[in-house]
Amino acid sequence: MSDVVEKTLTALPSLLSLDSQPGSAKLSTNSKLGNLIRGITELTSKHEEEKLIQRELLSIKEQVSSPNTTMRQMKELMVRTIYCEMLGYQASFSYIHAIKLAQQGNVLEKRVGYLAVSLFLDESHELLLLLVNTVLKDLQSTNLIEVCMALTVVSQMFPKDMIPAILPLVEEKLSHSKEIIRRKAVLALYKFYLIAPNQVQHIHNKFRKALCDKDPGVMSASLHIYLQLIQENPEGYKDLTVSFVTILKQVVAGKLPMDFNYHCVPAPWLQIHLLRILSLLGKNDQSTSEIMYEILDESLRRAEMNHNITYAILYECVKCIYTIHPKSDLLEKAAKCIGNFVLSSRINLKYLGLKALTYVVQQDPKLVLQHQMTIIECLDHPDLIIKRETLELLFRITNAQNVTVIVEKMLDFLRVSKDDHTTIDLVGKVAELAEKYATDNEWFIETMNTVFSVGGDMMQPDIPNSFLKLLLDGFDSVEEDRKLRLFAVNSYISLLQGEPSRLPQRFLQVISWVLGEYSHLNGDLEPDVVLRLLAKLLDMKSSSSETKSWVLMAMTKLCSGGAALSVAREVSETYGSSMDTMLRQRAQELQHLSQDSQLQTRVLPQSSSQEAVEVDSSLSFLDWFVSEALAAGAAPYKPPHQRQEEMSRSKALSLEPYGLSLPISMSSCSVADRQSPTLLSMSSGLSGDSTELSHKGSSTTLKLDGVKRVWGREGYLAQREPEEEAAQVETPAPLQSPSQQGDKDSSHSQAPTPTQTPESEQEKQQLASSLFVGLASQSSASLMGKSEQTSQRFRRKARSPDKSLSSSEQLTNPLGSPSSGADNLLLDCSISSELVSAPEQTHLQSLDLTAANSACDAPDGDTKGRKTLSRDDSVSAADVTPHEDPDRPKDLRLASYLPAELSGLSGLPHSEITLVCSNQSLDLSACHVQKDDSLEFVVFIKNSSDTSVHQVQVQVSCEELEVSCVCDSPAEELKSHSVTVCQYRLTVKRPSVYFELAGVVHYQLPAGSLQTEQFSHKLPLKSFIRPLAVSTEDYGTMWLAFSHDTKQNLPLLSDEQEPLTATLNVLKKKLQLHVVEIIGKEGIVACCLRPDQPCLLHCREHAGMLAVWLRSPVPDLPDCLLYHCQRALRER
Amino acid sequence: MIKFVLMVNQQGQTRLSRYYEPVELSRRAALEAAAVRCCLSRNKDQCSFVEYKDFRLVYRQYALSVFLLIFMFNIKSNFVEVLDKYFSRVIMFNLDSVHVILDEMIQNGHIVETNKSRVLAPLTAINKMVDG
Repeated sequence: MSDVVEKTLTALPSLLSLDSQPGSAKLSTNSKLGNLIRGITELTSKHEEEKLIQRELLSIKEQVSSPNTTMRQMKELMVRTIYCEMLGYQASFSYIHAIKLAQQGNVLEKRVGYLAVSLFLDESHELLLLLVNTVLKDLQSTNLIEVCMALTVVSQMFPKDMIPAILPLVEEKLSHSKEIIRRKAVLALYKFYLIAPNQVQHIHNKFRKALCDKDPGVMSASLHIYLQLIQENPEGYKDLTVSFVTILKQVVAGKLPMDFNYHCVPAPWLQIHLLRILSLLGKNDQSTSEIMYEILDESLRRAEMNHNITYAILYECVKCIYTIHPKSDLLEKAAKCIGNFVLSSRINLKYLGLKALTYVVQQDPKLVLQHQMTIIECLDHPDLIIKRETLELLFRITNAQNVTVIVEKMLDFLRVSKDDHTTIDLVGKVAELAEKYATDNEWFIETMNTVFSVGGDMMQPDIPNSFLKLLLDGFDSVEEDRKLRLFAVNSYISLLQGEPSRLPQRFLQVISWVLGEYSHLNGDLEPDVVLRLLAKLLDMKSSSSETKSWVLMAMTKLCSGGAALSVAREVSETYGSSMDTMLRQRAQELQHLSQDSQLQTRVLPQSSSQEAVEVDSSLSFLDWFVSEALAAGAAPYKPPHQRQEEMSRSKALSLEPYGLSLPISMSSCSVADRQSPTLLSMSSGLSGDSTELSHKGSSTTLKLDGVKRVWGREGYLAQREPEEEAAQVETPAPLQSPSQQGDKDSSHSQAPTPTQTPESEQEKQQLASSLFVGLASQSSASLMGKSEQTSQRFRRKARSPDKSLSSSEQLTNPLGSPSSGADNLLLDCSISSELVSAPEQTHLQSLDLTAANSACDAPDGDTKGRKTLSRDDSVSAADVTPHEDPDRPKDLRLASYLPAELSGLSGLPHSEITLVCSNQSLDLSACHVQKDDSLEFVVFIKNSSDTSVHQVQVQVSCEELEVSCVCDSPAEELKSHSVTVCQYRLTVKRPSVYFELAGVVHYQLPAGSLQTEQFSHKLPLKSFIRPLAVSTEDYGTMWLAFSHDTKQNLPLLSDEQEPLTATLNVLKKKLQLHVVEIIGKEGIVACCLRPDQPCLLHCREHAGMLAVWLRSPVPDLPDCLLYHCQRALRER
Repeated sequence: MIKFVLMVNQQGQTRLSRYYEPVELSRRAALEAAAVRCCLSRNKDQCSFVEYKDFRLVYRQYALSVFLLIFMFNIKSNFVEVLDKYFSRVIMFNLDSVHVILDEMIQNGHIVETNKSRVLAPLTAINKMVDG
């Protein structure tokens, strides 16, 4: 490396010479900044530094606000302020002065002003608006330097809303005669594209012009835009492949001016850039790939191994070759190149080689075999970074045969690693491998023990959760389950008999759960022994209260029999008065259950794992409460991220026009929908399979997902047949014993360091044979191969999806409970009240409660559900049940009374006719009919008495609806058992989730007394929704015009083939929405209540959810509609 | 993409920092200190890449001058060997000039210009104007 440094230092004079220039000499060592820096360097403590800087800032503050300060002094002050802020001390008082300096200073002062602005403010800072005018002025300046500065600052930061103000000026600069101006203009447009892609859509052809610019600088600046564009849509730019290849050819051939060379390499960064673009274009595209084979070959050949920068080019080249459609001789050369990297004695190159190998093993795992000895050496490398990288590589080639060795290596590393981040990542990987490829029970449990002890409390919570779930769910063989659990129990008992205070809390929690659940499997183990061990944990100072509550819960499951009871009593007495409510609760449970064994077996059956307990995870039993609250005018629930978003949005005005590629910033999509933040949604994540984990894990290194290839494996192999054979000779057959493998290997392996002693050599070769075993046999073992389930020992039992959600353990143990949300709280509350009042009922009752509640969960407020929904209603009280049976035939009969225009003949379906009110003399029923422009509400009045009634009058009203009477046939006389009909037309005044129609009927009995009866009827907003047929263009204009909006994530029907389309179709069918257009992962949908009450939905598939953005001119409509969308999707 | 550029002296004091992704001022000091600690603790035989949290640090220690360069890439970024030949010991007292140069080279976390004469052109022009 020293030669590089040397070369670098010799190249320094260019800047050193600056120092001798008079312009900068003034600022040199005697300046105030110099004094400040020297002062700070001499200080010894942070405290002194703080004092010094505060003093400095105070004096700067005084001076900047003084009217006598010249611009020149201001500049100097600004540099000092920059320095102070750089050290982390806020100097917000100076921001406005920085803008002033940029406005008023001369060139250098202006530059410092702009610089200060770009350092101080972030892109959303409101002061940035004040800069717009200055930029505008400077862009029009005749002084090129000023134009340059303005363009530079624009390409660093600019308020997105003000882009239209300067866009024409910047565009104009694209054809400026000076290359530097053109280049900076391109970079400014690049920035615009990044922050507001829609605004520069119209100048895409100008980008092409920039790409063809005669100046290489301008051309390479335009590549930034193209890299971005091609990343987003590689299909759209395939036609440019030839151009990029031509450019690269010219660059490689050295056609650029000499000053673009860097250490004699022509424009290296430009080459890297082009190679990246090419790999994007050639990915999964044979014909495009073919165009670039030649130049890739040329690049590989030209870039000799002589300088860091050529390594970077080679690395990029290799990645490109392995990304595009493969060509055998190129692959060969690339493999050789990787070999050179890995074998290099220079540490940076080794690192690079390992990175490249890690990338490549996915396509070609056999490449690793050629370098096995080097990899083994890297495993023992003194540099932890290299070690870590090697493990990452091994992680990717793990299979059932080499898992033991690789996991061992990882655990070795974990024991010495001090970096939390690495530990968390690696622990996750070990857990994943252990679960996936476990060879036997002992190994699995012991590995997990190490994972828990080393991973401690930092590891991802889903590791212990998934481990427990694995134990709980069991596998295909009951006997295996028993053995595994038994082994776990025995292993934990011996751990607890050792020094449990050393174990991390998470591990202790796992241990207590397993002992509580399965210690009965060991017949020799007396419960009181286990209890005593557990009680020891309670007494430990280091135990957290969370752990203690796990322990208490485990004790509750175990306490039976004489000796155990006394321990339990002791413990429950101690903790029954604990200040921690959770602990007290658990202690109370322990006390009650230990005294009543009958109750205990009911509450905590030993085979609980076998029965799934149904839990209403969506809290749907609370729907009536929600809908009532909504109907009463409460605002719909918005998740925190949405509230935050709205708050931040309301501050800034968005002037961005609507486009289909609208970027919705819903980064916090993981926050699930409105349904409920239950612990069940957590526990469903807990069952998450290990592939998820691996994605998480690998994301900390290279972004490797999505580079899987799709070409046919056979064709690919055919091309490389000769190599294949060679590789097979080299690799040991997977079924041979280790010693045989060792022999075989030693005869073939290419040992790079022949000087080693024979023993260590042999050791390494043995290691190699155990590490790389099985690789050759699964010749196709890409990452895809890893996900194959065949070799997996622990195959989770197939459970029906709802069962896997329901989690009996949630109730029988506090798995995750202390951290869980409302759901558990609910249960706990009921348990505690039950325990205190009537212990024999315990929380089974709470389950009944849930069941009961879900039973009365009304399906979507449609008329059937109304009966339960409105049961609290005073008038239409739920005593409709007795009428239920006679209702059916009545229904049909009543339907015949429908007005002709609404009857079945008109083709308009009517909703179910329901009884809304009845007494001795009258039966009132109602239904509604959806017409294109309105909703018709029909009331049937039937005289059920034997005498006729007179003066029947019906009035219907609703606050949120406009009710107009179509035909009110108040019969003078309603004969016995005859029916009359009133019809009303309803339109929405103010949207609401449900509309409560209040009605009054007046009538006169023959006796002459005037009677009044009230009734009510509930209509969902759903009935008022009509499709709104608009074109995409109209949609765009409407979108901009609407002011009320809501964003939300809805569940996506991800089990369908095209989740977005399927989801939208459900909405379309259930809610009568109109799907305007679906493009890729986005879809736009429109509907209306009345033609003047439209609502637009922008739906986007994002992270497995449907991100919906609703807009409407009508307040509340988006929220109400959202509620129905959610229900529609949930009930599908 | 480059997340930030940092230059520190051998005591680990920040001499220059430039962020290309918003990081709160209050968080910067801790982040810089941790990053610098990672790099300074390494010796010459170890590679110039360090993984710190989600960052990959690429650093270089100049034996003669007292500066240490740290570039940060995010995970997705491919490896780019960045050699910075433009900086020298003058930066300590020419904070603004260094920033001007850096702005020419790196924008929005991407390397936009590496042609030495072109990078220096605006600065020399400014200096000339001021003097002339």
